[in-house]
Amino acid sequence: MDQSTIIEPLAPQTRIVAAKPAALQEPRFFRYVLTFIALAFLAFFIVLPLVSIFITAFQKGADVYFAAITHPDALAAIQLTLTVVAIAVPLNAIFGIMAAWALTKFNYKGKNLLLTVIDLPFAVSPVIAGLVFILLFGAQGLFGDWLFANDIKIVFALPGIVLATIFVTLPFVARELVPLMQAQGNAEEEASISLGANGFKTFWYVTLPNIKWGLIYGLILCNARAIGEFGAVSVVSGHIRGMTNTMPLHIEILYNEYQFSAAFAVASLMSVLAIITLVIKDIVAWKSKSI
Amino acid sequence: MTSLTFKKKPARVIPGFPLSLGYTMLYVSLLVLLPLAMIFIQTMSLSWAEFTAIVTDPRAIASYKLSFGTALAAGLVNVVFGTIIAWVLVRYHFPFKRIIDGLVDLPFALPTAVAGIALTSLYAPNGWIGQFFNFKIAFTPLGIIIALTFIGLPFVVRTVQPVLQNISVEVEEASASLGATRLQTVCKIIFPELAPAILTGFSLAFARALGEYGSVVFIAGNMPMKTEITPLIIMTKLEQYDYAGATSIAAVMLITSFVLLFTINLIQWLANRRFIH
Repeated sequence: MDQSTIIEPLAPQTRIVAAKPAALQEPRFFRYVLTFIALAFLAFFIVLPLVSIFITAFQKGADVYFAAITHPDALAAIQLTLTVVAIAVPLNAIFGIMAAWALTKFNYKGKNLLLTVIDLPFAVSPVIAGLVFILLFGAQGLFGDWLFANDIKIVFALPGIVLATIFVTLPFVARELVPLMQAQGNAEEEASISLGANGFKTFWYVTLPNIKWGLIYGLILCNARAIGEFGAVSVVSGHIRGMTNTMPLHIEILYNEYQFSAAFAVASLMSVLAIITLVIKDIVAWKSKSI
Repeated sequence: MTSLTFKKKPARVIPGFPLSLGYTMLYVSLLVLLPLAMIFIQTMSLSWAEFTAIVTDPRAIASYKLSFGTALAAGLVNVVFGTIIAWVLVRYHFPFKRIIDGLVDLPFALPTAVAGIALTSLYAPNGWIGQFFNFKIAFTPLGIIIALTFIGLPFVVRTVQPVLQNISVEVEEASASLGATRLQTVCKIIFPELAPAILTGFSLAFARALGEYGSVVFIAGNMPMKTEITPLIIMTKLEQYDYAGATSIAAVMLITSFVLLFTINLIQWLANRRFIH
């Protein structure tokens, strides 16, 4: 066989779109109107707010923008947010994997109840999520006297912010993994165990590669919420500038002081993070579909 | 004899049951159950009369009405437009569809405070959109509805979309071949399939909207009796070190959202049962 025939590319595939019969599709005019309504709604509610953040951020010029995001308070806020995320997200990831393992690999009663409890933080207002930690660790709280006597600060300090963030982002990873591991079943793990691998090896070489994309997906959602959490953190932070202000709280303070350009400058940084999150999410969704 | 006991209680093949379940229970107990129990423990320290006086205060009642009404309105707006958006994204072709599809998730990714200040500056009386209206949008309940619509949109779109994708063409073809018009097919074949998903999306958006704080505080104006949502009342009471007051209102909110979610799950369970049989 001639080599050229082997590497000859296929004729470009032309997509054949057969005209759908009228009974299976809405009238053309109706389709256009519906598409227009959907796009107009998204333009007003999603695109315009996003665009306005960047335009307002640069309204007073690039100098004001860079001054705002390199201000010591802004840098402290960025550092605090990153610290909180670096503690809360891995803890919830380990929990998510453990919970998914416990909920999908074994049969026992009360599974649905446990799943409901894991979902609870989604049904609770962020303000209440903050309030509960004040009730536990605040000056008048359950452990307040003991903490004061031992000079441990939880509320209005880093531990409180981390706890509140863990609470609101707790279900994200578990929620992604449970349905995924349920669908994949136990056969591969059982095969691995019967061939002599121990539990950890089985998880590492069999389960983890299977749930990789679901895990990343959950991590991204968890991360986005952890970075942006406002209500819960606002309750427990105490708003000490340069000390316990996360990025969203810093934005609030700037905004309330009518430093709109500065507020939107920091907001634009967070919007860039949000857009990156969406892009990674899209890639991950596409990857997991193609496998 | 041994085989009999083996049959009765099959050995677990996969290891890690005590570790994974124990860790999970410990984690949720310490970080979810104990903290939430504090709301009820703290409320118990009040007498019934004190509790009712706090939670039926006119300012609190006004906030329940506002939170409930605006969450309901935003949920309904999202049901209509979210379903249209899901429909258009699944069924029609247009340029940049993939990017637009990705943008629907923006409210999940964008911090609520950022969304709050962006929407406020757009809908303020001198804002890009607000200036075209001769009535106020931001700093009124209308502004709250806009913020809650933004927050809730992806819930409806993302629950309806996969269901719509999975409706097989054969069902529609069968309907059409039996003489149904397109409108009949959509109303009597497709819509009943979508209804449970729409209800789920609505309930998720509604539950989220009831407790939403970050995006609303900026656009609401926060006037007592007029534009003060329930989470803000909790916040205000906390800032005044009125823990009993804050906790009582929080208990009302918690019970309300649990009852709501339970009811919606029940309706859904009943609806699913009817569809299967």
